[in-house]
Amino acid sequence: MNLQLVLEQVLNGAQLGVTLFLMAAGLTLIFGIMNLVNLAHGSFYMVGAYLAVTFYGWTGSLVLGTLLALPATLAVGVVIEVIALRTLYERDHLDQVLATFGLILFFNELIAIVWGRVGLFTNLPDWLSGSVDFGAAFSYPLYRLVIIAVGIVVAGALWYMVTRTRLGMLVRAGASNRTMVAALGVNIRQLYTLVFGLGAGLAGLAGAMAAPIYAVQPGMGDAVLIQAFVVVAIGGIGSIRGAFAGALIVGMVDTLGRAFLKPALATLISAPAAQSAGPALASMLIYLLMAVVLALRPEGLFPARGH
Amino acid sequence: MPEPLLEVTGLSKSFGALHATDQVQLHVLEGETHAIIGPNGAGKTTLIGQLAGDLRPDAGRIRFAGEDITALDAPARSRRGFARSFQITSVYRDFSALDNVALAVQAHAGHSFRFWRPARGDEALRAPARAVLQQVGLGSRADVPAANLAHGEQRQLEIAMALATRPRLLLLDEPVAGMGAEESQRMVRFLAALKGRETIILVEHDMDAVFTLADRISVLVYGRIIATGTPAEIRTNPEVRAAYLGEE
Amino acid sequence: MRLGRRRIVLLGLVLLLAAVPPAATLLGQPFYVDLVRRVMIFAIAAVSLDLILGYGGMVSFGHAAYLGVGAYAVTILAVYGVHDGLLQWAVAIGASMLLALAIGAISVRTSGIYFIMITLAFTQMLYYLGISLDVYGGDNGMRLPMRSQFGGLIDLGNGTQFYYLVLGLLLLVVLLVRRLVDSRFGMVIRAAKSNEARTRAIGFSPYPYRLAAFVISGGLCGLAGALLVNHTAYLTPDFMNWTRSGDILFMVILGGIGSTVGPVLGALVLLLLENALANWTEHWQIILGPFLVLVVLFARRGLAGLLWPGEHDA
Repeated sequence: MNLQLVLEQVLNGAQLGVTLFLMAAGLTLIFGIMNLVNLAHGSFYMVGAYLAVTFYGWTGSLVLGTLLALPATLAVGVVIEVIALRTLYERDHLDQVLATFGLILFFNELIAIVWGRVGLFTNLPDWLSGSVDFGAAFSYPLYRLVIIAVGIVVAGALWYMVTRTRLGMLVRAGASNRTMVAALGVNIRQLYTLVFGLGAGLAGLAGAMAAPIYAVQPGMGDAVLIQAFVVVAIGGIGSIRGAFAGALIVGMVDTLGRAFLKPALATLISAPAAQSAGPALASMLIYLLMAVVLALRPEGLFPARGH
Repeated sequence: MPEPLLEVTGLSKSFGALHATDQVQLHVLEGETHAIIGPNGAGKTTLIGQLAGDLRPDAGRIRFAGEDITALDAPARSRRGFARSFQITSVYRDFSALDNVALAVQAHAGHSFRFWRPARGDEALRAPARAVLQQVGLGSRADVPAANLAHGEQRQLEIAMALATRPRLLLLDEPVAGMGAEESQRMVRFLAALKGRETIILVEHDMDAVFTLADRISVLVYGRIIATGTPAEIRTNPEVRAAYLGEE
Repeated sequence: MRLGRRRIVLLGLVLLLAAVPPAATLLGQPFYVDLVRRVMIFAIAAVSLDLILGYGGMVSFGHAAYLGVGAYAVTILAVYGVHDGLLQWAVAIGASMLLALAIGAISVRTSGIYFIMITLAFTQMLYYLGISLDVYGGDNGMRLPMRSQFGGLIDLGNGTQFYYLVLGLLLLVVLLVRRLVDSRFGMVIRAAKSNEARTRAIGFSPYPYRLAAFVISGGLCGLAGALLVNHTAYLTPDFMNWTRSGDILFMVILGGIGSTVGPVLGALVLLLLENALANWTEHWQIILGPFLVLVVLFARRGLAGLLWPGEHDA
């Protein structure tokens, strides 16, 4: 265990945190404002990844591919919202869970039909595939730093939008008390569609950025979705702040846990025991964390007012 | 003066800058029918919420039969003899009237970790429930699903459920709300028959009902009790007239 | 009379299911014994979920966890040479109940979206745990060393005997849940679902009762897990995949929540449908997905709702 390894894992944790934040921000707003459980949120992550890789293939530019994938994913989100989800707002959570579960099955299979089950592989372009040197001792992949930077910028933009613009005010008000917002004459339908599209776009961005470095295959969004749920449960429903804090915490705990729990355990118990217990425990870490947080604060760390 | 059955001191609750409940003092004697009246927006709902145990006050104490119940939640208060009816009818719509009342009986018949015997065949629950339904005048409607009862009958069912828990104190939130003239009179007559035997806190808008039933009245305005007294005293109290009764 | 009809339908269903092995032999299609046995095992899981979902209003997306725990309990004991069926299955049920107690203690206090998310997350946690347990096969899983043994009483290796055992257990579970639901305990659960504020006002604290129902439900699903691993003779962490929770939920909804035979019908229809579709195309999920959406949007009351419109079992 040395400083370089720790630094590397911390940055990996930040990168995972950023991905989770992009997923969780949309999810928490959709939960908070529209009271909609959307299991298919992970499908937007998957769609974003597939579209980005495809557009990259067509245009030869990763940046262009990603930039095209964003509005495309947003559009998919809007279409789904209008066709399938509008009727679900009034329904109870069970209906929402089942209907969006059905959407997951549909999307996973659709992707498999169009692009095959094996998955897509893509290379980073040369200009993004190097490392950045921090002094002589430490270097870190450039692309992952880019992801972190993009994430921070987007987080900043979201924060600005939510706290400083009129739309953001409506979003915050809706997260606390949607009946009141409707009563004030705001076009709730449009607001919902907008928020949903925004959430889908953010998830698509997360997927697009993840595409070059993670496996792009049908069902790739499912695992990320559940991690995003953990983030929202820890951070609290309805608040961007909660999503950010939760995402960072979960990203760090999961990454550092996987990297260091086994060696840490090995100092306490025998090596073969640590060999099996280490990874097992590390994979459970974020869920145990969630259990602890919820036991102490059932509404999460920073829930929006009214939750 | 004998110790009040219910004693509320310094009860306060604010929502931001709004003092919904402001240093409320209230004494209710055993056997008394005590009405709480006040204009809209006076904070009656918030006050009832705190009395029933749904809302936590910011400050103040509630003593019931000598015990401080301020920190107890609604089920705990019910188990100590506190029964309430809801302003907006809140019954089990899919269950029959008899099922509804039997559930209230069941809640006070020890714990319900009984897994085998069908509850609907349990005479220990059904017999008292039938008796209470008879008492409120719903005896013939026992097997009707609550959703199919007329509005007035549902209000009666609310009272029945409260009575079935054998309470020491009844907190009735606008029992005649939404009732026509004849139904209201029937309900008032019924409640009048309970006077003396039951201790009742009656929150009402209907002034006929209030002045018929109440032994004493407290007037709530902007979260504060501005006057407490007999109906005659309240009727002639200038502050109350100004704030509430207007020029009648 | 409603009560009579419910019993008749149940009896009819049992007779139909009991006729499958002889019919399959007659038709020379032993495969159907396997298929319907699998259906019945999942029906047990669906009935267990319906207890808390249909009657308690608790939307748990985590029942796959108990399937898994039941299966792992049996397999792990078998690995260590403990093959006694009664002991194995008792451990399977007990371990599931303990897990349900732990998960329930945290999640039952929450409601709505939180409850769904948390039950889902814990199931995923167990799935990852299963994958990382290399000694029990990791993510490939492992063969069950030996089926649960019941002395000379019954041989699980004999497809037909096992079939009738499962049928008997299914009937037992259905009747047990029916009893629970009509008891004082069941009435509290149903009341809390119907109108929580009213339930608290008359003096019930719903939490302990809900938690108990959650634990019972988990235990029954653990039994299904023990049966499942004996049926497949192969243990895999896939039993605990969260999509399997979705399958079980789907069965309950399809059959009609809060009804005695609903979950059984739901399991029957869903698994037979899956089987038929899978034979037709490898992309059957693209049909099943929208089918689910349509069921939710338009046939909310499920098959029980279609067959007996206007009736609740409540």
